[in-house]
Amino acid sequence: MRTRTYLRRWGRVAAICALGLALACEREKRRFNDASPSAPAYAAVTLDTLQPGVPSPELTVKSPSEGNAYDIAQGKQLFEQWNCSGCHSHGGGGMGPPLMDNEWIYGSSPENIVATIVEGRPNGMPSFRNRITANQLWQLAAYVRSMSGLEAKAPSPGRNDEMQYKVDEQRTPFRTPRASASKTLPAKSERP
Amino acid sequence: MIDRRGTRHISPTHVAARAAVTFLTLAAVGTGCTGGSEQTANAKTPPTSTASPGTGAGHTLVARNGIAAGQITIPGAEPEDGQWIRPAKDYASTRFSGLDQITTANASQLKLAWSFSTGVLRGQEAAPLVVGSTMYIVTPYPNILYALDLSKPGGPAKWKYEPQPLAAAQGVACCDVVNRGAAFADGKIFYNTLDNQTIAVDATTGKEVWRTQLGDINHGETITMAPLVVKGKVLVGNSGGELGIRGWLTALDAKTGKVAWRAYHAGPDSLVRIGPRFKPFYKTDQGKDLGVTTWPPDKWKQGGAGAWGWISYDAALNLIYYGTANPGPWNPEQRPGDNKWSSTTFARDPDTGEAIWAYQVTPHDLHDYDGINESILLDLPWKGQTRRVLVRPERDGYVYVQDRTTGEVLAADTFGVVNSTLGVNLQTGRPAVNQEKEPQMGKVVREICPASPGTKDWQPSAFSPRTGLLYIPHQNLCMDVEPVEANYIAGTPYVGMNVKMYAGPGGHRGVFDAWDPIARKKVWSVTEDFPVWSGALVTAGDVVFYGTMDGWFKALDARSGAILWRAKLGSGIIGQPVTYRAPDGKQYVAILAGVGGWPGAIVSAGIDARDSSAGLGIANAMRDLPNATTKGGTLYVFGLP
Ligand code: HEC
Repeated sequence: MRTRTYLRRWGRVAAICALGLALACEREKRRFNDASPSAPAYAAVTLDTLQPGVPSPELTVKSPSEGNAYDIAQGKQLFEQWNCSGCHSHGGGGMGPPLMDNEWIYGSSPENIVATIVEGRPNGMPSFRNRITANQLWQLAAYVRSMSGLEAKAPSPGRNDEMQYKVDEQRTPFRTPRASASKTLPAKSERP
Repeated sequence: MIDRRGTRHISPTHVAARAAVTFLTLAAVGTGCTGGSEQTANAKTPPTSTASPGTGAGHTLVARNGIAAGQITIPGAEPEDGQWIRPAKDYASTRFSGLDQITTANASQLKLAWSFSTGVLRGQEAAPLVVGSTMYIVTPYPNILYALDLSKPGGPAKWKYEPQPLAAAQGVACCDVVNRGAAFADGKIFYNTLDNQTIAVDATTGKEVWRTQLGDINHGETITMAPLVVKGKVLVGNSGGELGIRGWLTALDAKTGKVAWRAYHAGPDSLVRIGPRFKPFYKTDQGKDLGVTTWPPDKWKQGGAGAWGWISYDAALNLIYYGTANPGPWNPEQRPGDNKWSSTTFARDPDTGEAIWAYQVTPHDLHDYDGINESILLDLPWKGQTRRVLVRPERDGYVYVQDRTTGEVLAADTFGVVNSTLGVNLQTGRPAVNQEKEPQMGKVVREICPASPGTKDWQPSAFSPRTGLLYIPHQNLCMDVEPVEANYIAGTPYVGMNVKMYAGPGGHRGVFDAWDPIARKKVWSVTEDFPVWSGALVTAGDVVFYGTMDGWFKALDARSGAILWRAKLGSGIIGQPVTYRAPDGKQYVAILAGVGGWPGAIVSAGIDARDSSAGLGIANAMRDLPNATTKGGTLYVFGLP
């Protein structure tokens, strides 16, 4: 009786550990061999919820970087290396708008953000088409989302190595993304 | 001695900032900072004037002004014509008007005459121009030019001209999409667009006469400065020290728009227009191709040093004077050397562009101390002689008095809290760098004063020959910095510095000073909560005007600093006040209100101060501004009843 309880208890613990590991694996999963230039992965994304007549087909491509701690961490480094931080600071904005708030002119979904980076936006967001690989685009998008708490807490970056200029992404509270006053957007993503 | 953790708490609230400044005061005094302690002591004195309306600002009368009128003269001064045809009013850049209907006795009766909405809600830094019976105003991007009819009640618009600059230019404008104004000459209005065009518009008809493309946003260039027209040439410089530009000053033919000459601010002597006539005063500014040899290989090509500030002109000497901006990137470890000719004052021949002398104010800049501030040209009694000088309240915190024929520095005295340098050596011309405040990779250096916008940024001062005083609007900010590696990617920022700014000793962020250039000290000083980012104006009625970022437009007694009048405008003020005589024969004062600019972008561009490095680190110091004002873009005109 006693041994059985023990076994059952340990079994449960083992199962939880295994599950944890499995999830952690997903969270830390890395993809290698990515040489593709800016992939048109976002091609199916629309910026507007208003669609006359029959709605266009649902988006099929999903970001491989969502919820992946490794990718978000890479995204954070890329955000510095591609000089995104030069214009957006560490999310608070400057030459470009803030990215840590819940106002989105061009959409908050990973696909929207990849589209923003690849296409550029008219009021001064440069187009990085043929500069950044598909893999890096998803990583950047995942990091951008983590700045306003749109990514899960666990995989989001913790305390900064550098000067403490803001609360880290992990502790950034989630707020429902909203279209910027003048624009509409598809608010597809929510915090898991 | 300094509680290092103390400053960490500075960021969250302004209240905390006020508490923490005590540490800063100690720091500033302890590091041997010159001139800082006096002002901080003064700042604690309560307002002296009781008869005046409440100001919301601290006011200090340091000493009575004992200067006899007429002791200092303005070279090339012309009789007052009641107009305002260039932002600085005259070529000596005094912003002094000879109009005297508005006086210290009646300024309290000033009333709104009329107003005009520009329809643009970004930072309004431009000076309105008045030519004959027409007023001209330029808006921030999209750089609309309006002509308003002063001969009719309410100043109705005569025409508007829309240059339609590229929208993408907004992304490479470092510190809001501002424009500092236009200039009038030969029947034309000349001004610059954010996307690097200089445009001539017929002042009567509003029709475009010519436009010339001078730069490229894909190289990080923009233009925000007001041009100066000298002897048929339109002088224009570029902005973009935060985007790895190659700085220049260009002269265009005012008739045709053709480029007459261009002088770069780095590179071989031929590009800098340094030739046989070049005679710099100090040893370290002498030598061949210093614009190349004082940089790591090829780094001069993206070394910044634009010219986005003010130009003055001395007709008798036939010389123009202007300063160059900071070197790029901000991270100084990536550019060992003096980095010539960044943060430098140049004297040039306006006909050929040849450099006559140069003085590098800040060799190997460590803190983004641009050298673009206005040079006010004066003939000054100096040790028994009259010296032809230029006076420049500089970003690094010193008022420089320089012989404008040779470049020799006669005096350099602090007018704010300075601990980044420990004085200027008048023998060598070089500032003594405080090594403790030198940024280093892998380290956070704290309590550097002044912060990157300097003790004074672009906001132009005014000089009155009647009081002999220079009126200096400026700020009181310090900062923590951490250099990081900057990548050069053309058309994107090239900075490499995490910055966090906060109020300096005293807790106030703005100051308006009256400075005696002969006695080399402050005569009176007013403190303001927010940086004083507006220009100054002084009149023959001995009234001095400026505006605050929370929207107060103020008139002060030019001799005592006592407040005479103030009006609350719709948005924070960062513009340049001007005065003119309208066709009805009366004197008016005009100012554009509309908060923005570097410290105001937190409102005009909606910067999020939860990231204290936002807006190149200034958001942290301005986090309460959104509670004090909202966006705007309105011209206000005041007159006596
Ligand atoms: C040269 C300055 C600059 C650089 C560099 C830059 N951005 Fe931007 N970014 C802007 C501007 C300006 C806008 C606003 C564009 C508009 O409103 O049309 C913007 C917009 C955006 C948006 C859309 C925000 C919204 O509300 O929808 C995202 C996301 C974004 N940028 C991410 C990035 C990333 C990631 C990088 C680096 C790969 C980057 N940016 C680099 C200037 C820049």
